[in-house]
Amino acid sequence: MRILEGGELKKYFGGLAAISNVDFHIGQGEIVGLIGPNGAGKTTLFNLISGSLFPTTGVIRFKGKNITGLRPHQICQRGLARTFQLVKLFGNMTVLENILLGALFSSQTGMNKVTAKRESLELLEFMGLSAMEGTLAKDLTVANQKRVEVARALATKPDLLLLDEVMAGLTPTEVDSAIELIKRISNRGITVFMIEHVMKAIMTVSDRIIVLHHGEKIAEGTPEEIAANPKVIEIYLGT
Amino acid sequence: MSLTLLLDILIGGLMMGGLYALIAVGLSLQYGVARVLNVSHGEFIMLGAFATYSLYILFGINPLLSLVVTGPLIFIVGFLIHRTLFKRLKRLSPTMDAFEGGSLLASFGLLFIIQNVALLIWGPDVKGYSYLSKTVSFLGALYAANRLVALLFAILIGIIFYYFLKRTRMGKAIRAAAQDVTTAQLMGVNINFVLGLCFGLGALMAGIAGSLTSMMFEITPLIGLPYTIISIIAVVLGGLGNILGSLIGGLILGLIGNIVMYIHPGLSLIAYYIIFLLLLLIKPTGIFGK
Amino acid sequence: MRRAISKKIFYCMLFSLCSILMAMIPPYVSPYTIILLNSIFMYIVLTVSWALFSGPTHYLSLASAAFFGLGIYVSAILGEMLPLLAVIALGGFISFLLALLVGLSSLRLRGMYFTIFTFGLSELIRHSVQWWEVNKTGTVGRWVIGVDHTTVYYVMLGILLITLATTYAIKHSKYGLALLSIGESEEAADHIGISVNTLKIITFAISTFFMGATGAIMATRWSYIDSSIAFNPLFSFMPVLMAIFGGVGSIFGQILGAGVLTLLADFLLTKFPYYYMLLYGMILVVVVLFVPKGLTGLKEELKRWREGGSVNPGRKDGASIHPE
Repeated sequence: MRILEGGELKKYFGGLAAISNVDFHIGQGEIVGLIGPNGAGKTTLFNLISGSLFPTTGVIRFKGKNITGLRPHQICQRGLARTFQLVKLFGNMTVLENILLGALFSSQTGMNKVTAKRESLELLEFMGLSAMEGTLAKDLTVANQKRVEVARALATKPDLLLLDEVMAGLTPTEVDSAIELIKRISNRGITVFMIEHVMKAIMTVSDRIIVLHHGEKIAEGTPEEIAANPKVIEIYLGT
Repeated sequence: MSLTLLLDILIGGLMMGGLYALIAVGLSLQYGVARVLNVSHGEFIMLGAFATYSLYILFGINPLLSLVVTGPLIFIVGFLIHRTLFKRLKRLSPTMDAFEGGSLLASFGLLFIIQNVALLIWGPDVKGYSYLSKTVSFLGALYAANRLVALLFAILIGIIFYYFLKRTRMGKAIRAAAQDVTTAQLMGVNINFVLGLCFGLGALMAGIAGSLTSMMFEITPLIGLPYTIISIIAVVLGGLGNILGSLIGGLILGLIGNIVMYIHPGLSLIAYYIIFLLLLLIKPTGIFGK
Repeated sequence: MRRAISKKIFYCMLFSLCSILMAMIPPYVSPYTIILLNSIFMYIVLTVSWALFSGPTHYLSLASAAFFGLGIYVSAILGEMLPLLAVIALGGFISFLLALLVGLSSLRLRGMYFTIFTFGLSELIRHSVQWWEVNKTGTVGRWVIGVDHTTVYYVMLGILLITLATTYAIKHSKYGLALLSIGESEEAADHIGISVNTLKIITFAISTFFMGATGAIMATRWSYIDSSIAFNPLFSFMPVLMAIFGGVGSIFGQILGAGVLTLLADFLLTKFPYYYMLLYGMILVVVVLFVPKGLTGLKEELKRWREGGSVNPGRKDGASIHPE
């Protein structure tokens, strides 16, 4: 089942085409990677999907329903969550409170405070953050902040999780932990769509990879196919 | 409507506009560069007006000449206020938004202080003096000589300031800081000095405008706030951070104000507010903003 | 778990006790004291309701005067036709409606733009009403039906208690936490399912309800009003100053700030009427520069300093909905 589809997506900022005619689809349960040089339009695509931006033209369908033009919180309610390239945590609130908010507002029907707290604590354990429950989010290391942001996204009980460069700035050991985490998330039944620059990670963990360049999709396939694709090699290594 | 009447309205509007442009550029320097939305801006206008008034009444000093004294004085006051108040506040504020909020409140405090001091010194009564009030014929209509002089003065200051910004090193530093404070700092601009300079220059412009005002209108210690409002609107109209834009914004407001006044006196301020609110709702970045 | 329940029970009991005490005092104090208390109640309501929205979200509203003044005018115009409580409720509701309109139209404005928009709006209303009264109806200045000070006291006390209870309830609900998150990162809040626009507008409107109701009752003590009295920008600034002075983050801080500064104003107005503005301006500057976290913030600093620093001071605004 295609959990996410984008058709003929275009996004113009004035005269500049950040996204020019992108079609893509994500299958339920997949881990799909999104790569491309800087400025290729990857985060813009995420912004279109999550509702931060409206496409100039084109359609986005989530779980079969058209979500184009919906606001971020509406899209989140339907089961789509994301993290941000530059971490957007609630800095002056504790780690627990950050995640708690995700749990409290995850469904349109009221969420019980007690249940929400229980779920949040479970998530903290899942992410290995239990020790930092009461720490203010702004006092964490960047690596931990990213984990909190992932936890917060997971608290909204998504069926699809968009991860935007969640491994940027991590040490090799931390990257390995992150890969582990993504696998565990996928095992929970959550589809993952991730932007990454850390090639090793994305090649290891993805079922499929989409490549963007200058706002266009130039390649798509398994990691092996992408690694061997001459167009992809060219844009990364130059002529 | 006859051509002379139209011309009369337009030129009259430009005269006020010249004054507004001067004030707007002053505020633009303070907000665009130093990031202080100085709501006490109008009080510096008032101070300039009263300083000129006092020097004329007490010592008979020519209002235009007294600028040589009052100008630098107001500049120094503005510069010092920035150094003591806003620089410290900037250091203490965790985010830019916090600084803008805090400096807004602090400038309200300044407004209260300066206004009250002025009330204590000069009292609440209306004051005025007569200088160059003979009427002069210009393009077929009659104008008070002091208004023409004020307009010429404003134009002169505008030109001088334009060359200052474009040609001098300090001017370039200011323009750099207006665009991006951090990068300007990295490029070797002594940012604290530049910010203080801009704030002082802003006060200076207000002071000069105040002196010119005192020649044309009667003054009380309460005249500041309406001018502040007008300068804020002009700055937003031209686009925050765009110094030339605020100049044009001031001219536009002067024109509109005069036109509205011709239609129905007393509606000018309301018209300004409506323009202001619509502007914020439709295009808050202003005419020249991105 | 037990400590959280007892904290809430403690506050409830304290609240009830204070309410009963305050309700009993009018026969035992001088009329001057009652008038003073009315002022204090008024400023507490304005400050606490301002802080309900502007505190956590950091959307600095300078439009409080517009809603307060609206309540005053409702009282002035309808005071003779309707019973007192109806007028007050109406003052609140009309403010609420206006706030919904304002909120809906200013959705896209952030930071400084929002602040100057609210200020411009308030001033537009003031000048427009004045122009209308001067040019169209010739009714500059209205006479409001006077109500005795003790009645004003009880009504004001009632409004105060409702305001405090509502604010406390919101703050400690998930919406209180959500409001804080909007102040931290509005985009992130939007993305975790919080209907940001709805929450902002409704909270803003609720806060103005109390401002309007207060205006409606306080009008009766001034007996003469016009647009420059009703929509005086000071009613927009004072709540901000008082909240910052006492500590924006906690209801107690807001009450403290409003109480202290109102008493101070009363004192200054009687002793130094010519220096009143000057001193207030200096306080404003000093507070912004030296006491940005307010009196309650100072108390925290002192406590932390005495305890020799702590690992996790946490956030001291009481908006947590999980047990300590």
